[in-house]
Amino acid sequence: MDILSIGIAAAIVGVVGVVAGILLGVASEKFKVEVDETEIKVREILPGNNCGGCGYPGCDGLAAAIARGEAKPDACPVGGEAVATKIAEIVGENVDSVRMTAYVRCAGDCNVAKDVYEYVGPQDCKFAANAPGGGAKGCAYGCLGYGSCKKACQFGAIQIVDGVAVIDKDKCKACGMCVAECPRHIIEMIPYEAQAIVECNSKDFGKDVKASCSVGCIGCGICQKNCPQEAITVDNHLAHIDQSKCNGCGTCKEKCPVKIIK
Amino acid sequence: MKHTFKGGIHPYEGKELTMDKDVIEYLPKGDMVYPLSQHIGAPAKPLVKKGDHVLAGQLIAEAAGFVSANIHASVSGTVKAVEQRLVSSGSKVNSIIIENDNQYETIEFTPNKKPLNELTREEVIEAVKAAGIVGMGGAGFPTHVKLSPKNIDQIDRIIINASECEPYLTSDYRRIIDEADKVIEGLRIVLAIFPGAKGIIAVEDNKPEAIRLLREKLAGDTDISVNSMPTKYPEGAERQLIYANTGRYINSKMLPADAGCIVHNVDTAYAICEAVREGRPLMERLVTVSGDAIKNPCNIRMKIGTNYGELIECAGGFEGTPAKLIAGGPMMGKAIYTTDIPATKSSSAILALSEDAVAEMEPSACIRCGRCVSVCPGRVMPNKLATMANRNDIDGFIKNNGMECCECGCCSYVCPARRHLTQMIAGTRKLVLANRKK
Repeated sequence: MDILSIGIAAAIVGVVGVVAGILLGVASEKFKVEVDETEIKVREILPGNNCGGCGYPGCDGLAAAIARGEAKPDACPVGGEAVATKIAEIVGENVDSVRMTAYVRCAGDCNVAKDVYEYVGPQDCKFAANAPGGGAKGCAYGCLGYGSCKKACQFGAIQIVDGVAVIDKDKCKACGMCVAECPRHIIEMIPYEAQAIVECNSKDFGKDVKASCSVGCIGCGICQKNCPQEAITVDNHLAHIDQSKCNGCGTCKEKCPVKIIK
Repeated sequence: MKHTFKGGIHPYEGKELTMDKDVIEYLPKGDMVYPLSQHIGAPAKPLVKKGDHVLAGQLIAEAAGFVSANIHASVSGTVKAVEQRLVSSGSKVNSIIIENDNQYETIEFTPNKKPLNELTREEVIEAVKAAGIVGMGGAGFPTHVKLSPKNIDQIDRIIINASECEPYLTSDYRRIIDEADKVIEGLRIVLAIFPGAKGIIAVEDNKPEAIRLLREKLAGDTDISVNSMPTKYPEGAERQLIYANTGRYINSKMLPADAGCIVHNVDTAYAICEAVREGRPLMERLVTVSGDAIKNPCNIRMKIGTNYGELIECAGGFEGTPAKLIAGGPMMGKAIYTTDIPATKSSSAILALSEDAVAEMEPSACIRCGRCVSVCPGRVMPNKLATMANRNDIDGFIKNNGMECCECGCCSYVCPARRHLTQMIAGTRKLVLANRKK
């Protein structure tokens, strides 16, 4: 093999490389996909665990929606305030976001709320809720305790303690997956700083509540009468606190005869 | 032609406990409870209030819409309250409570003795509607709606479902043995308003006496035939019954009328006869009180609204401690945890069993034997559907025809791994239906 043939081979490869390079360069300019600068920046700030809690298909989807102006800068429930402020800077909007957390409106654990029969079947709330009476629990509104919410939570914030789901406020990212999962719809989003919470979901008459659970809200209305902020309404025999009006004075907690406001 | 279908099971029948015993007439003693929702459709609207005095046969709640049904008092007495009461499904339903005065004063009924060919369509449907008749096999679909299909001309088969395939139940059998003439008359009335239709009375062959009696009564009748079907559960499920008797196949999106059929239960046919001929509203029915934890299993002719506890007392009470109470048949009935429940228009049975077979089963993993697939009368794959249900895969569930399941329970019955197949599939079907309503 002489030096000439090596040279020819090298030259051919070199020329092909140069031509291909020029073609690719031209093509990349000509067929360029327009990408919104903002979208890329927003995407970089989003946490990237693709939980879907915002309602968009993953973080890419939310970034695109924020860039288009469809979604608010604080739409990511996981990122919380820190992420929201950064995104707001990029898109030039102001946000005053409040950190939210999920909470279970039921304090009826297995010591205070009795089952009326023994449930046999798949250990999952959505199947148990299909059993006669909507589940074995005497109260037709309370937590079934088979942990569908626990399975849905990607952040390990939910534990089942004595047959009732309990949410760790600090781990909760307020993504809302548990709210959608619960067949009895007893998980609600409230501000992280909320001072007074009614831990009951029973819309039964006081007498029926007493028969099935010793700590449930009986709808007596004492909290409503005594709240100086008029933040409490009793509807369907169940007290509800308007968190935007509550100033955390604690009067309701003192007056509540069943101590269900916590 | 052999009148049968693919799939199905042969559970223990338990019919010998009550089959050959005379029906006991029972007059209730305690308060009567009339749930306003004893049927499919809108709950009835109460017409009485606390303190009103009512007579037996008096209309106490009227149908609230087309798919709804009237409710009549079955005793005379005073209205005690209109409040929420527990029913056999386990939920609480708004109900009228009447304090029984034990007089049984009845309003006067107006009989109609016109020959069959002079009965008009409107007359029959009006009488059925006024009497508040609903499907008495269990589902409680208002009968006047069934009798008013869109395609009247295409209806060519009226089937009386006398298969009574659920174990333990014998009330339909007793109805045929005791009142065959009225059941046949009920069918003839329905045939009179569908001139192009032929009647079929479909009976399982474990009731030879009923088949013999019906054939004897219908000898020479060219319009009504009595079909003897090989005994197999769920022969009496509407889709399987239609297939077995006509060879026509319907799916969950169709009504029997789409296949030219109307199916009525034996007791419904009897009630139609009573309503049209005697003008009597639906106030009583037969209920089977049976099971190995009942002292004296029997059929009771009871007033609708009677407390289950009273009916069990009437059957001699419990023998030992029952491990399981079921409202309805053992395959599709609902387990109940108290006897303080009123009997409704579609209460066909109360069972008390000394052994809770389901609670003793420990479910394990699917071994892929395929038994559930081979017994499924709906021709779906219960093993696959249950796995999807467990995963919450609603799209896959629908794609694999999960909605074709009739919840008959055959798959759970045969599963050697003791999986709760029916329960998982039924739970997911309920979710899908709830999502559709939204």
